[in-house]
Amino acid sequence: MSRTNAIIPSLTQGKPRLAAFGQRFLNGVIRYTLMILLALLLFGAILLISGRNPLHSYRDMLTSTLGSAYGFSEVLVAMTPMLITALAVALPSRLILINVGVEGQLYMGACFATWGALTFRDWPAWCLLPLMVLLGMAGGALWAFMPGYLRARGIVNETITTLLLNSVAPKVVSFFIFGFWHSPMDTDKTASFVPAARLPTFFGTRVDLSLAIALVLLALFWWVMKSTRWGLEMRAIGGNPQAARRNGLPVSTYLVVVMCIGGAIAGLAGMAQVSGYYGLLLNNFSRGTGYMGFLISWLSFGDPLGILLTSFVVAVIFTGGNLLQLTQGLPFAVINILLAFTLFVVLARPTQAVIALKGAYGSEPKP
Amino acid sequence: MPDQSHQGSAQTPFIAMREITKTFPGVVANDQINFDVYRSEIHALLGENGAGKSTLVKILYGYYRADAGRILLDGKPVSIRSPQDARRANIGMVFQEFTLIPALSVAENIALFLPELPAVLNRREIHRQIQALSERYELHVDPQVMVAGLSVGERQKVEILKLLLSNARILILDEPTRVLAPHEVVALFRVLDHLRQDGYAIILITHKVKEVLQCADRITVLRAGRVAGSLPRAEADEGKLVTLMFGRELVGPKAGRQKARDEAVPPLLELRGVETRAEGAETSLKGIDLRVYPGEIVGVAGVSGNGQRELGDIVLGMIRCARGKKLLFGEDLTHASIGTVRRRGVAFVPEDPLTMAAVPFMTVLENMALTRTWHYARSGGFRVDWQAIRSDVQDAMGRFGFSFPLYAPARALSGGNLQRMTIVRELAHGPRLIIASYPTRGLDVQSAIAARQALIQARDDGAGVLLISEDLEELFALSDRLIVLYGGRIVGTFRPEETDAYTVGHLMTGAEVQHV
Repeated sequence: MSRTNAIIPSLTQGKPRLAAFGQRFLNGVIRYTLMILLALLLFGAILLISGRNPLHSYRDMLTSTLGSAYGFSEVLVAMTPMLITALAVALPSRLILINVGVEGQLYMGACFATWGALTFRDWPAWCLLPLMVLLGMAGGALWAFMPGYLRARGIVNETITTLLLNSVAPKVVSFFIFGFWHSPMDTDKTASFVPAARLPTFFGTRVDLSLAIALVLLALFWWVMKSTRWGLEMRAIGGNPQAARRNGLPVSTYLVVVMCIGGAIAGLAGMAQVSGYYGLLLNNFSRGTGYMGFLISWLSFGDPLGILLTSFVVAVIFTGGNLLQLTQGLPFAVINILLAFTLFVVLARPTQAVIALKGAYGSEPKP
Repeated sequence: MPDQSHQGSAQTPFIAMREITKTFPGVVANDQINFDVYRSEIHALLGENGAGKSTLVKILYGYYRADAGRILLDGKPVSIRSPQDARRANIGMVFQEFTLIPALSVAENIALFLPELPAVLNRREIHRQIQALSERYELHVDPQVMVAGLSVGERQKVEILKLLLSNARILILDEPTRVLAPHEVVALFRVLDHLRQDGYAIILITHKVKEVLQCADRITVLRAGRVAGSLPRAEADEGKLVTLMFGRELVGPKAGRQKARDEAVPPLLELRGVETRAEGAETSLKGIDLRVYPGEIVGVAGVSGNGQRELGDIVLGMIRCARGKKLLFGEDLTHASIGTVRRRGVAFVPEDPLTMAAVPFMTVLENMALTRTWHYARSGGFRVDWQAIRSDVQDAMGRFGFSFPLYAPARALSGGNLQRMTIVRELAHGPRLIIASYPTRGLDVQSAIAARQALIQARDDGAGVLLISEDLEELFALSDRLIVLYGGRIVGTFRPEETDAYTVGHLMTGAEVQHV
């Protein structure tokens, strides 16, 4: 511990580390709270215009999500894929790789995992589930390998290829569903998976094992970036690719491998969706989960704690919004308005510009 | 420091800067500086990097606003808040990095800078003016040529013409000789002399004492943001100026030529007929044959942009050989990765450490680890041994006599400290071959001496050094062998004692090849 922290004294400059962290944490909480309040205020105006009582609406939203164990569990369910997909964006973003292709990678992961679930349906859960995880990750990694390789060779920018592949992956999934895998009754989905192919859930809720996996992965991500050789090298490549290359770091290899790992994580999210949430593979099952992960990752600057907080807030809005639809008779599209307001306020925050300015005129001046 | 610039002159100064003070966070760049320039005068502003020369003239040109102080034009106070104000006051500046647009012709570039650019250009009139001025001052350039096709020396002429045409009467030249070969410097000084006779006031910024003595009428020396002294040419000599610049006499590095080389020793680096394909602004190397032996410093002279960067990059493996072979330590590493090349013992001090060597937001210590992450990784990479890195760095800092903060982010370091950091990192682990591009750029004289000493020490320990520099003095002082690059080719190979700066300078600028 003391060795890995050799670098810390500079950051806190003698202040007790915990206090400094606490201060930062408190600042963050205050800032985010203010931003969310502002978003709620704006949305409140919309509610007023449409003739609803904003206070009642918000009360309903809160009690339905955070007010009961069941509501809270639903928030966690909604949050899980956001966490994983955000991580699938955050990791490559450390190398300035812009992975817009999580949606496609997620579909491919789901597709591969479903193949495992349908083919090895007699296997016991303890070896079928790990196999499905591996298959899902392989599918996502494969889908990310193509853009990663093309980028590393300097042929095409990964932003474009990942985005384009997003519209291909659901078609591949449809091909398999309609062609081979659909259940006798339906044409657009497979039969329900055997229990051995389902991720275990906790306490009779819909919260499944993938939440735990997501949290472990986030912690792992934070630790790898901070303490390991690979984290150091990745931060160097992200910080100055040219210098990293000249310093002898295998930049191209990193680009491909990290892109693939990002894809694998996205594939895992897909596997978790079919194995945990749905229990079957449905045509066009993911409606923008990957894009939501992209948004969350960039809103939180790829920071693990930020991903956790942002995902939670977005999940509350989503699940709360679902209920608003029922109790207040509002169309679901209204929730997108609230979400958009939230994104808008978060993106427009001025504090970040201030921090950037402070950084630019760093502590030690250039003569 | 009392203001000495009034001595022996009754006339009012053209420009007078009074008690100019400018601070940047944590540093006083200019501390109550008084600075006068008269008509028909070349006033040299001499000082080390970081002495505050650039800051002072940038205040005069409106780039920075002084915290305190006044500027008087012909004795009347003026307020210069922007370069536009400066140009209205007939002040013009040639920056170190030229500001021409390569895709436009000379005449178009000059027209763009005119104070009142008409909606429809009268090309003929502009051409006529350019021609008249260029004949008068021997600034010969064809107004119709694209700037992209001009050499650095010619571009500088265009920059000066640009100022003259825009009615500047006070010309500020920031390190104008930095990019020029010796005979071009002589030509530039002739131009300046001519301008002086016509009443122009010229401020010449430089850190080269010899040049100052060649052309200046008055010399103001800055040291650490203050005026260390201001004296007319007649009273100045080299020793006096150096003492003013550094506050003491300096001892040069003891070069000590290499001992007679054992011809049987295999070369550390051998390039056989290496060619590259240029991309963008690169220069392609053509038919490079080069050997570097152990215990030898091979100097590479050339005006920047003639293939020096590519030569360093090809050895490192940053760019690919289109043809030819690269042997390092007897092993064919033509297609090896940079990682492999470095592990075999190649060190690389790049020309621009902030973009080519350092990761700006990482701490210095983290940066120090980057070339040898494999060496400092523990538990298969799950841990990094920061203790070992720190003790290695501190050890090397002691050996080279450098010191810089270890826990500050690299971007907060001054240019000199970044250069020190890079040199320590690259030379700390006993490399066998060192590629050093402009290793002393940005260093104060003492650190430059230390850096040169480190290279000489490495050579004496048996390493080979490829020293790329545009400072001919440095090359002559350090090299055991000197090659000249022009247009991507090696156009001359010398032993330094067999040649002189003028021969090399002519080759550098593509004059006919002379055999020595």
